[in-house]
Amino acid sequence: MSTQTPVAPAPVEGTAQATGVAQAATFEPVIIGFTCNWCSYRAADLAGTARTKYEPNVRLIRLMCSGRLDPTFVLKAFAEGADAVLVSGCHPGECHYIEQNYKALRRFRLLQRTIEALGIEPARLQLVWASAAEGVRLANEINRVTDEVRELGPLNWPAGNLVDLDSADLDTAWEATGGDAGGPPEIPGGANPQHAAAKLPAAEAAR
Amino acid sequence: MSPAAKPTAKAAPAAKPAAKSNGAARAAAKPKLAIFGAASCGGCDIAIVNIHEHIVDVANAFDIVLWPTIMDGKYSDIEAMADGEITITLVSGSMRTDETIHLAKLLRRKSQFVVAFGSCASEGCIPGLANLSSRKQIIDTAFTTSSTDNPENVRPIYEYQAPEGVLHLPEFEPVLRTLDQVVEIDYTIPGCPPESKQIWAALEAVVKALNGTGPLPPKGSVLGAGDSTVCDECARKRNVKHISEFVRIQQVASFDPEICLLEQGLPCNGPATRNGCGALCPAAGAPCIGCYGAAEGVIDYGARLMSAFASVVDATKPEEIDRVLDGIADPVGQFYRFSLAGSLLRSSRSAWQDDGE
Repeated sequence: MSTQTPVAPAPVEGTAQATGVAQAATFEPVIIGFTCNWCSYRAADLAGTARTKYEPNVRLIRLMCSGRLDPTFVLKAFAEGADAVLVSGCHPGECHYIEQNYKALRRFRLLQRTIEALGIEPARLQLVWASAAEGVRLANEINRVTDEVRELGPLNWPAGNLVDLDSADLDTAWEATGGDAGGPPEIPGGANPQHAAAKLPAAEAAR
Repeated sequence: MSPAAKPTAKAAPAAKPAAKSNGAARAAAKPKLAIFGAASCGGCDIAIVNIHEHIVDVANAFDIVLWPTIMDGKYSDIEAMADGEITITLVSGSMRTDETIHLAKLLRRKSQFVVAFGSCASEGCIPGLANLSSRKQIIDTAFTTSSTDNPENVRPIYEYQAPEGVLHLPEFEPVLRTLDQVVEIDYTIPGCPPESKQIWAALEAVVKALNGTGPLPPKGSVLGAGDSTVCDECARKRNVKHISEFVRIQQVASFDPEICLLEQGLPCNGPATRNGCGALCPAAGAPCIGCYGAAEGVIDYGARLMSAFASVVDATKPEEIDRVLDGIADPVGQFYRFSLAGSLLRSSRSAWQDDGE
């Protein structure tokens, strides 16, 4: 998709983006992009074929339709480390499945309200319409979104890490109170092996 | 769910004489039951007692070792037990303080089966909405509001040097957690509170398995509930799926008693909520608020509900869509009333970022 070759000059609208890339060497956002099989995925393909460059920050996932976008996907992306989510589909009235892109639009509007109430900037969830012919447009939109998210900074949602936020210290603190003769109990199986592993050094340091 | 409840009544009298003949001599050999309410309102304990005469069957079948709501029990007695000595522990609250987390871990170690009992333990429930605020905000609200007489602006302290020694108070955790975010759980019984007949059905299934007269439900099962949605149990008629306006129940004088409440514009959480309650709220003319938690296979309750609501909004233009969605005044309260702590995002940003303590 994104051409890595240095030969292709940036398209006219894209030139302004180059400076932004150079400045923000410290933070490269991770953006999950959901694309529609019939339009925006092909637009991305076209951008690649035409050697139109766009930011490599976006990880494109192909769905059969933007209407397939379950809000769960978006929340999971945020919870597991994405800084932004880009949803793209066919222009209104051009859906391969007649009107499912309107469903995507409505879910998007509703999701933006919910994530805003939870403290996630609405600009971290964006919707872009792009037909299969609009490779350059999609590339420009991806660059625009990437720049906006760079501006916003990392999201660093700690949902997963909240599991063992301080439980290593917790048992030590409890032991100090003489609460449990048996010492800190093991968490059988652990709530999440990933975080159990992350917790290990802290627990060892406590000993 | 009613098929599950019916055999209950038949099986109960049969179980009684067996338990009686065992008598006090075998009391020591009875499986041990612990019921522990962490951050909860006590409604789950009431729901357990509400199984009426079956409570005698529970007392016959189990040696109740801990149930702070109704009987005296010492944590030190639990600490003295061998690992796995308790057969079943029902935890009916969520994890808010270091004390509840410690006890949940202790009970996990001492128990063969740990059940997340009710909405608090399984998904955070109403106490989980505290995850929209930081500890400081919560404590300020509790200790300095117009309804609190606190002229000296007193705040809780966790350690206090008394003449006899240092006293410790349970410390407030940064966020509220569900039971399964703290310890491994074996079963979930959903509901706020679980319907009493469902509680008995679930307990009976485990009792039967222990007697060797029934299969043990597979680990991770949701007991005492259905595997579909509240809509599936709801008697209301569903005709068209187009909503041009969301209304709040107090804004409308009356609703059609026969037709789906969602179709009439009331945000009803039935489409995402697990069945098992008997669709009591919609039958009484009130929308489902989702106390039975996520339906089978749903990862994030709010996401499923947002998807369902957005699908049926009868609008295609952004401004039109926004007008309809304006009818949902509090999206998080609507979509995560019972499940915020157990959701994918778990809390709002202010809960973990502005924790200015």
